[in-house]
Amino acid sequence: MVKEIVHSLREYKRQSILTPVLVTFEVLFEVLIPFVIAMLVNRIEAGCELDVILKFGAVLVAMAAASLVFGVCSGAQCAAASSGLAKNLRKDMFYKIQSYSFSNIDKFNVSSLITRMTTDVTNVQFAYMLIIRLVVRSPLMLVCSFIMAFVMGGSLAWVFVAVVPVLAVGLIIIVAKTIPLFHRAFRKYDNLNSSIQENVKAAREVKSYVREDYEQGKFGKASHDLRKDFQKAERILAFNQPIMQFCLYVVMVVVLSFGSYLVITNTGVKGAIGVGELSSILTYGFMMLNSLMMLSMAFTMIAMAGESGRRIVEVLSEESSLKNPENPVTEVKDGSIDFDGVSFKYSAAAERCALSDIDLHIKSGETIGIIGGTGSSKSTLVQLVSRLYDVTEGSVKVGGVDVRDYDMEVLRNSVAMVLQKNVLFSGTIKENLRWGDKDATDEEIKEACRLACADEFIERFPDKYDTFIEQGGANVSGGQKQRLCIARALLKKPKILILDDSTSAVDTHTDAKIRKAMREFIPATTKIIIAQRTASVEDADRIIVMDGGRINDIGTHAELIKRNAIYREVYTSQNKEGHDLED
Amino acid sequence: MKTKKKGILRRLFKTVLSFYPVLLPVAIACITLTAIVGAVPAIFMQRVIANIEEAVKGALTWEQAGGPILNDLYILIALYVVSIITGTIFGQLMTIITQGTLEKLRDKMFNGMQKLPIRFFDTTGHGDIMSYYTNDIDTLRQLISQSCPQILISGITVLSVLFIMLYYCLWLTLIVLAGTAVMMLVTKRIGGGSARYFVKQQAAIADEEGYVEEMLVGQKVIKTFCHEEEAQAGFDAVNERLYDASRRANRYANMLAPALFNIGNVLYVVLAVVGGLFLTFNVFNVSFSGMAISISVVVPFLNMAKQFTGNINQVSQQVNSVVMGIAGTERVFDLIDRPPEVDDGYVKLVRAREEDGRIVESKERTGMWAWKHPHQADGSVTYTKLQGDVRMFDVDFEYEPGKPVLHNISLYAKPGQKVAFVGATGAGKTTITNLLNRFYDIADGKIRYDGININKIKKADLRHSLGMVLQDTNLFTGTVMENIRYGRLDATDEQCIAAAKLAGADDFITRLPEGYNTFITGNGASLSQGQRQLLSIARVAVADPPVMILDEATSSIDTRTEAIVQRGMDALMKGRTVFVIAHRLSTVKNSDVIIVLDHGRIIERGTHEQLLEQKGQYYQLYTGAFEFE
Repeated sequence: MVKEIVHSLREYKRQSILTPVLVTFEVLFEVLIPFVIAMLVNRIEAGCELDVILKFGAVLVAMAAASLVFGVCSGAQCAAASSGLAKNLRKDMFYKIQSYSFSNIDKFNVSSLITRMTTDVTNVQFAYMLIIRLVVRSPLMLVCSFIMAFVMGGSLAWVFVAVVPVLAVGLIIIVAKTIPLFHRAFRKYDNLNSSIQENVKAAREVKSYVREDYEQGKFGKASHDLRKDFQKAERILAFNQPIMQFCLYVVMVVVLSFGSYLVITNTGVKGAIGVGELSSILTYGFMMLNSLMMLSMAFTMIAMAGESGRRIVEVLSEESSLKNPENPVTEVKDGSIDFDGVSFKYSAAAERCALSDIDLHIKSGETIGIIGGTGSSKSTLVQLVSRLYDVTEGSVKVGGVDVRDYDMEVLRNSVAMVLQKNVLFSGTIKENLRWGDKDATDEEIKEACRLACADEFIERFPDKYDTFIEQGGANVSGGQKQRLCIARALLKKPKILILDDSTSAVDTHTDAKIRKAMREFIPATTKIIIAQRTASVEDADRIIVMDGGRINDIGTHAELIKRNAIYREVYTSQNKEGHDLED
Repeated sequence: MKTKKKGILRRLFKTVLSFYPVLLPVAIACITLTAIVGAVPAIFMQRVIANIEEAVKGALTWEQAGGPILNDLYILIALYVVSIITGTIFGQLMTIITQGTLEKLRDKMFNGMQKLPIRFFDTTGHGDIMSYYTNDIDTLRQLISQSCPQILISGITVLSVLFIMLYYCLWLTLIVLAGTAVMMLVTKRIGGGSARYFVKQQAAIADEEGYVEEMLVGQKVIKTFCHEEEAQAGFDAVNERLYDASRRANRYANMLAPALFNIGNVLYVVLAVVGGLFLTFNVFNVSFSGMAISISVVVPFLNMAKQFTGNINQVSQQVNSVVMGIAGTERVFDLIDRPPEVDDGYVKLVRAREEDGRIVESKERTGMWAWKHPHQADGSVTYTKLQGDVRMFDVDFEYEPGKPVLHNISLYAKPGQKVAFVGATGAGKTTITNLLNRFYDIADGKIRYDGININKIKKADLRHSLGMVLQDTNLFTGTVMENIRYGRLDATDEQCIAAAKLAGADDFITRLPEGYNTFITGNGASLSQGQRQLLSIARVAVADPPVMILDEATSSIDTRTEAIVQRGMDALMKGRTVFVIAHRLSTVKNSDVIIVLDHGRIIERGTHEQLLEQKGQYYQLYTGAFEFE
């Protein structure tokens, strides 16, 4: 896990190395300052002259300035390094997600990916800041203070050798006990949050079924459960402070009692400790214990961020299930499509095949209609053509070449697909349409819109093609959105055009107009139209009837009406009474 | 602004106190004791050191000098023991208080939220709502468990030390105070800068979340258009802005500690120099103790100054979390304070049976329900049989003042009738159904349910009598069975299965890996939109209400499946008053009355045949000459 995350450091390696170096100097000065101060105190006590004090003062101010400079610089470098790591992690995740195939995308849900890119990255950023700063600083501080204590206090410093392990063991036990508890608690926290989300989304259901009390009960239980876990963990963690206090006080008492004994009994002996040393030892003792304490807190936080790190690495190490071939074919010859003995499962573990035994041959330029009930795998069938998923068995060929042999970008640029869940992005109409062809001229854009019958309503907008579309296309109607999506696909000038239930919200009249335009203006393009309405496929060259992941029948409208029960049922359910009105 | 902030802290304190009227004072007493006991040893240490010095000067032996030193040490040990005990108690109490308060506030927020009108959910972003339970509660945790105790401890320590400093020397104390003022200024500058950029960082995170969400929702479109590189370029721009804000915010935050630490050091030097000057020129001392300037005044003073500035530093470190904590607390209280949905209805729904042609209340299940209507004027009670007769008289409505959505809507639905609403997006179809169950209250006009003004009916009972199936079906984490049972909590398994059969959902449910016990998570992501709609129809079937509202309930079910569902739906609708909104005309054709809406007005009404004869808007829609949505 660490390796993958460190990999994202890249240009921030310099800052990451510089930070601990600067911190080292900062610590050195921080440790030296009390040393000089102790010397100063001894001089003052000895009744020195003012100029000596001034000299010491100058040295101390210089040291403080140096310490300040190192402190500020290390702080700045640390901020740059940790923010930089966070930036790169987010970037790497986003780029990785862009490389995902459809089946990878199906695996993660959007809100979980967003949490990983925000909260989890923030946690790792914070932990990283602790690591390059505190984790360097504290042990260094520990060692330096220890050395200084020995330098100044001699044998008295042995008390630390006795106390520090006690504290260390105590802290280790606490950290080891709390981390698993926190892990569990945080998982419960996630669950609680997703249940709140569920409740908010279903506010209308909750209110109309008058289930407020029921929801409160459910929430109260989960909330209490969460509190119990957190409280347990934090109560253990709260023992940090008393253990620390205990050690500090033991040091104080030993230094004061044994120290005063040493001072008094060794008065006049050269090299023996004086009063100044006594108080500095206490200062160093405090520093030492404090850094241990910081270290234990840092460890707890870092361990908790480990879970976030794991979730990030999960995204980073997910490999796209589709790979470009080594020597890809870079040209799609024509728009013919061949399914040879195709079977497909969404995942290896799935029991049922979403598609089985598909044999289908479509000539370039043909118009194919597909009709079938919910779950009959109509969409699945066409998604195999632009290799959004790979077949489980058999092969799909476009222009006579297996889709797995094409460069994916080449293939997808030749196979335009208007998805059932079509999405527009925030931006102007023009910007949205240029997704199809970023170099399209205004003329070409207008032409595509004419074909898709979108020009009529676009021209009615005050800003015409510069009308701003809000996120998800919220400010255009369903039918308008569908027509824009068709225009966007047409701009690709594809060899194959797939419309997956793309005119469901368009009125029948316009629907017919779009189909007529496509027949007349892009005759060479193979067109596959999935529809709910038989009216949308009536004039297709051939109509495929799908049922339960298999091809039930293929034929023209007239043939199917005569011989296919499913087709006839769909047709009559839509035309029963209105039939005489249509002509 | 300042007083508002104080008000929030005071309210937070009062709230916590009301949750823990005993524990909180005990905890505060403990921490005060800990702080005082933590500051006092400085005096004893000083006495010990002074004793040692005297002993050294007077060349006393340990036997002679040890007595008083050890006496002071015993007191010191006693103080330490007290400090550890009170510290431990405080630590334990504080975790209980913190976690307990968070739980209670969470519950308060959630329970309050359940009672909020639907307008809150319609107008507040879901991310924003989640933020109350995650970010805001987190800042509150930080504030209660760390910042407040830290400020309390440091505050008490600073006060005690200040007192002791005055005990020694006024002049030097003034210098320390001047130094403290400088530290405060620096804190304000750096801390303020840091807080400013942290706010910017939050905004940048929100921006990035928005961008990522939009892209990930459209990820499949990005893939089919090979638009990955453009998406990445857009992301890089947003990401760079976030990096910049984050780097600046943390840089300021990281600067604060070394800056204050070294100001403390310089102050120390200044004190030493001034102290030296005082000693040299033997300046007249002003102090509580009345001591003259001497070594034994200057040296302990230096130590205390260090303790003083150290504590100021500790308080300054809390600036960020206090600022964020106050903002979070403000939002939490804001949610709790929102006025709940008003319900002054007094007409209740009760079980009833008929006795000698009169309706009387019944304890047992009778399958019959009645409205119990107490009349305030004469204290009498009348019972009206629940039938599902709904009438609207001249109803006007607006979501926002000045933007009317419905004008003069009058309509009636007799028990058992099917009324359909047809019209373009924004014509007001869904709005009408929002008024029936009082998700929103009408501006003008009247709605009567079984002859009773719905404003007089208790909201819960009114909603019990209305079933809803919505276009966007929301399911809950749990088994399929539990989801169906959501319609009526005391329904047996058999009743749930019967409802599923009625809705035509039984077929696909039994094909799920574990049938009715299949666990669905999140929003039933593993089910198709159509399957989810079937489940929600089963859910309303179990609730068995006399009036049903179907808002695009079958829009995601293909026509062939719909034909199957239709049989169930017909069975379900039999004997019930039904309001249907559908954009597929085949769904509404067989309604008793079809109402065509345009811009909030009824423009046509009648049966399918009548409307076709009129050759108006409906005719155009039906023949496909007109676009629907």
